[in-house]
Amino acid sequence: MLEFENVSFRYEGADFDILDQISFHIAPGEFVSILGPSGCGKSTIFRLICQLLPRMAGTIKAGGQEITGRRGYCGYMPQRDLLFPWRTVAANLRLPLELRGGMSKGQMEQYTAQALEAVGLGGWGSKRPAELSGGMRQRAAFARTLLTGSDLLLLDEPFSALDFLTRITMQEWLLEQWKQKTILFITHDVEEAIFLSGRVLVIENMPIQRLVSFDVPAGYPRTRACLSDPAMLTLRENLITRLRKGAQ
Amino acid sequence: MRKNTSFSALLLLFALLLLWQLGAMGMDAAYILPSPVQVLVRLWQLRVPLFTAHLPATLLCTGIGLVISIVLGLLLAVLMDISPTAEKMLYPVIIASQTIPTTALAPLFVLWFGYTIWSKVLVTILITFFPIAITVFDGFRSVHTDMADLLQTFGAGEKEIFFKLKVPAALPYFFSAIKMAIPLSIIGAAIGEWLGAQAGLGYFSRRMMTQLDGAGVFAPIVLLSIVAMAAVGIVSWLERKIIHWRGDL
Repeated sequence: MLEFENVSFRYEGADFDILDQISFHIAPGEFVSILGPSGCGKSTIFRLICQLLPRMAGTIKAGGQEITGRRGYCGYMPQRDLLFPWRTVAANLRLPLELRGGMSKGQMEQYTAQALEAVGLGGWGSKRPAELSGGMRQRAAFARTLLTGSDLLLLDEPFSALDFLTRITMQEWLLEQWKQKTILFITHDVEEAIFLSGRVLVIENMPIQRLVSFDVPAGYPRTRACLSDPAMLTLRENLITRLRKGAQ
Repeated sequence: MRKNTSFSALLLLFALLLLWQLGAMGMDAAYILPSPVQVLVRLWQLRVPLFTAHLPATLLCTGIGLVISIVLGLLLAVLMDISPTAEKMLYPVIIASQTIPTTALAPLFVLWFGYTIWSKVLVTILITFFPIAITVFDGFRSVHTDMADLLQTFGAGEKEIFFKLKVPAALPYFFSAIKMAIPLSIIGAAIGEWLGAQAGLGYFSRRMMTQLDGAGVFAPIVLLSIVAMAAVGIVSWLERKIIHWRGDL
């Protein structure tokens, strides 16, 4: 579904490549987390996939095809919900459909209503984003990402700004929502990464020279109880040790 | 809270008027400093020429000047936003235009356009287009980069980003600009009329000056202030209705 081959990137004015010939592959239908400390360049990977930054070298393929010049191959959900305050919740969700074009207003309204129902916000479409709680706003933002119609979803620390209880509720909710889509999830929270993912890619050092892959020893569906499993606890300690080593 | 603010403002206004009244009574020279009561009385005495001839003349001049300034200001703001070259060319010129002493140029406009409305409209435009152009341009630049990036990932081009993001995001700035521009346009029209006109509140105020009628000088000025405050009040009301989301940004 997603292939990175020897991708390098350097920010303007920097004297080193923040990404130095990175390669990794994500299979269709996988839920993979990229784990690394804050500021290590995790979001840069997403910005390169979305073509918001120009890579210096390497190839990025989505669905087997080079992404350059293509649109609509991924749905991006940033850290902040970025709901436009001048639009109602439904109108916010409609944005990707409006920009994709080729749909009547009625069809857009139908898709939007279905998406709102799917994320448990049926009846909230006519509200302003400010009237929603933090968790509801994130669910609306997730529904907007789903409406891009893409099979590859890039979720960039979507729950990091939420309080602890809302965050774990949203994590459980996300696993319930995850159907057939390929999800690449950025986080700096070890527990979040192993609870959600089938595989974790760890950024050990900066500049990023390689991502170390770890399989999560638990199947789906999952409950939080799996986090107490000895194999999961061992993985958790292993990941923390690696992150600490990288930070030193 | 809002009621408290209004009450405080009224209290301050009342205190200032009281101070003015006491000062004028102490000075006892109405041709230099008429009291608020004398000004109100004169406003009532002069109501027919003021409201039937001079206020409409000033409002016409202000209205035309303001509309042209809004169109010109918006055009300049959009042009500077879509083209960095245009920004580099225009921004310094727009700033430089505000260093021109308008009162010194206004008699020249009378020479060019005579006593027609256009000499006054030109003064109004020169004073008013600036806050609109600069404030709306700042509004376009205030747009969150991450929101523009998000739209880009949805497939938006420059045009879609402009209409779906920049225009709504700049609306609060537009209303602030209009609220600044209204009093300025009235001042511009009054300056133009003061320096050369056959009608208008500025012209009338100057005529009263030649007659050493202090209250007569102040009466049209008070009227101008009331008109400006009413217009700003209407725009503020519209702003609250249209951009109710302002506090959510």
